[in-house]
Amino acid sequence: MTSAEPTAPGTQLLGRLLRHRQFVTGAALFSIVLLAAILAPVIAPGDPTRIAMRLKFLPPSRDHLFGTDNFGRSLWSRVIWGAQLSVMTGLAVVALNAVFGTLFGALAGYFKRLDNVLMRISDALMAFPAILLAIGITAVLGPSTSDVILALAVVYVPRTARIVRSSVIVIREMEYVQAARACGAGDWRILRRHILPNSMAPLIVQLSFLFAYSVLTEATLSFLGLGAVPPTPTWGNIMAEGRQYMVQAPWIIAIPGVALMLTVLGLNLLGDGLRDVLDPRLRIQP
Amino acid sequence: MTLLEVRGLTTAFATGSGDVSAIEEVGFTVAPGEVLGIVGESGSGKSVTALTIMGLLPRPPARVAAGSVRFEGSELIGLSEARMRALRGRGIAMVFQEPMTSLNPVLSIGEQVMETVRAHERTTRAGQRDRAIEMLGRVGIATPERRLDDFPHQLSGGMRQRVMLAIALICRPRLLIADEPTTALDVTIQAQILDLLLDLRAELGMAVIIITHNMGVIAETADRVLVMYAGRIVEQAPVGALFAYPAHPYTRGLLECVPTLETELDRLVAIPGVLPDPARRPPGCRYAPRCPLAIEACTRAIPPLHRVGAEHDAACIRTP
Repeated sequence: MTSAEPTAPGTQLLGRLLRHRQFVTGAALFSIVLLAAILAPVIAPGDPTRIAMRLKFLPPSRDHLFGTDNFGRSLWSRVIWGAQLSVMTGLAVVALNAVFGTLFGALAGYFKRLDNVLMRISDALMAFPAILLAIGITAVLGPSTSDVILALAVVYVPRTARIVRSSVIVIREMEYVQAARACGAGDWRILRRHILPNSMAPLIVQLSFLFAYSVLTEATLSFLGLGAVPPTPTWGNIMAEGRQYMVQAPWIIAIPGVALMLTVLGLNLLGDGLRDVLDPRLRIQP
Repeated sequence: MTLLEVRGLTTAFATGSGDVSAIEEVGFTVAPGEVLGIVGESGSGKSVTALTIMGLLPRPPARVAAGSVRFEGSELIGLSEARMRALRGRGIAMVFQEPMTSLNPVLSIGEQVMETVRAHERTTRAGQRDRAIEMLGRVGIATPERRLDDFPHQLSGGMRQRVMLAIALICRPRLLIADEPTTALDVTIQAQILDLLLDLRAELGMAVIIITHNMGVIAETADRVLVMYAGRIVEQAPVGALFAYPAHPYTRGLLECVPTLETELDRLVAIPGVLPDPARRPPGCRYAPRCPLAIEACTRAIPPLHRVGAEHDAACIRTP
C-alpha cells in the first residue's frame, strides 16, 4: 500500500492486453488494414478507376503488386481504396452505435419508466434482417455506402442499446451508486460519472465485433450491387466483378477476399482479447 | 431542541401478495451533537429506517405509508427529489457498510471526495482540491496530497472507510447516518474508525446515527440506543441504562449473546428461533414466539412502548 506512482486502472489494462497473444495478433492485423486505409493516397497514388485495356488480366508481379483486373485497373489501388471504404463504413457504424446505443441503453437501463417503451421499439427493429433492410433502403434512396451504414445502424443500435442497458442495470444497483446518491448527486451526474464509465467494458467488446460485422455486411451488400456504385472500388464489388473471371484471373476475387478475411479475423481476435481482459466473467476456459 | 424528529414512521414495500411493512410506527429524536445507536438483527428494519430518512428507497416498490420525518423543523416526507438531493450530503450524509464496494472503481479518491462538493457548491477546481486534501487529512489519511490521485483498489479496507467518511463529511452535514460502518472491517481497524467517528463528531459538531448489530459498538459510541425487532422499536434508553437495566426480553437476549471474559462458556449463547418473515408476522408481540417470558396475553395485541425508567421506554407487557 505504499505505491509511489498511482497507477490508473487503464495502465494496468493496457499491460494485460499487450500480454494477450490473440489481442496483439488481432490488433496487428487490424492496424495493417487501418494504415492501408489512412495512407491510401500515399501508398496507392494511382487512380483506382483508371482503365488501361492493354494491361488487363495481368497476374501479380513487381510492377502490379496485386495484378490487374478485366479493365486493366490496378488491383493494388483498388484493394487499398476499398480498404478505406470498408474502414470508413465500419467506423461510421461503430460511431453511430456508440452514441445512440449508449444513449438509448443508458436511458432504458436507468429510468425504469422508459425501459418498456424503448425495449419494445428495439424488439421491433431487431426483427429486421440487416441485409433485407439495406435492400429496402436502397430501393428507396438508390445504392450508396450511406444506405449500408444507415441500415446497419438501424439494425444494430437496438442490440448495442440492449448490451449497454443490461450492464447499466447491474451497475445501477452497486453500493457506490447508492453512496453517490446519499451525497446528493443527481440522476445525470450519477449516470455520467458513476454508471456509464463502469458499464463500458461490454460495449467496447461489442463494438469491436460490430466493426467486423459491418465490414463483412458492407462487402456482402456491395457484392450484391447494393453498396457503393462501380467504378468506386469496394471489396465487395471487386469480388463481384472478379467472380466472372475466377478461372482466368483468380487473383481478382482472391485478393480482396483474403483482405476481407484477414480484417474480420483481426477484429474478432481483437474483440476476443478485449473481452478476456475487460469482461473476465464472459471468458470461456479453454 | 431537536435536530431530527421521526414520528410514527411506517414504510411498506409492495410485493406480489400485497403490501408488507418493513418498519412500523418508528419514532425517535436526535439532538444536535448526539450519538444515537440503532441496534437489532439483520432484517429488523434498521437500514430501512435510515434509507427512509434519506429518501433513498426506490419508489415503487417502497412507500412511506404513515408518519413524519422532520429535520431542523422541516418535513422530509413528500419533499421533492430536487430539495431532497440538496439536503443529502449537506444536511444529512450517510456512510455505508461495505467500504470495498462503496467507492467507484474508475474514479480516483480525490475525484470522489470532490464530487460531493461539486454536487452542492460552485467552487473552483483548485478550491475543491484543497478541501479534499484537508478532509482526507482529517480522516487520518497520511500525505493526502499524494493519495488524492490513488484509485480505490490501491487502498486497504480501513483506508477506504476513511475515504467514505471524508466523502460524507466534506460538506459538513449536521447529521451523519452510519449504517454498519465497521462491520466489514477487522477488529483493530473497527476501533480506529469508531474513534475517528467520535472525534469528527466533536470537531464538526454533528449528530450521528450509528446502525449496528454489535452491542460492543453501541457501548463504545452511543449516547442513546434504540433496539429494533421485526420492524418495530422494542426499547429505547440512554446507553448506561440499557446495559444496566435492559427492560425488554429481546434486549436482554442480545446482551446475553455478547461473550464476556468473566464467564467461561463452552458455547456462545444465542437467542433461539429466527426473525419472523415480514409477510407472516405473529399476532401480538412479535418477539413472543422466541421469548422465554411469553404468556398467552402477549399474543393478543402489539404491546405499546411505555415508560420504565428515566427516558427509558420498552414495549413489553411483562416489564412493569
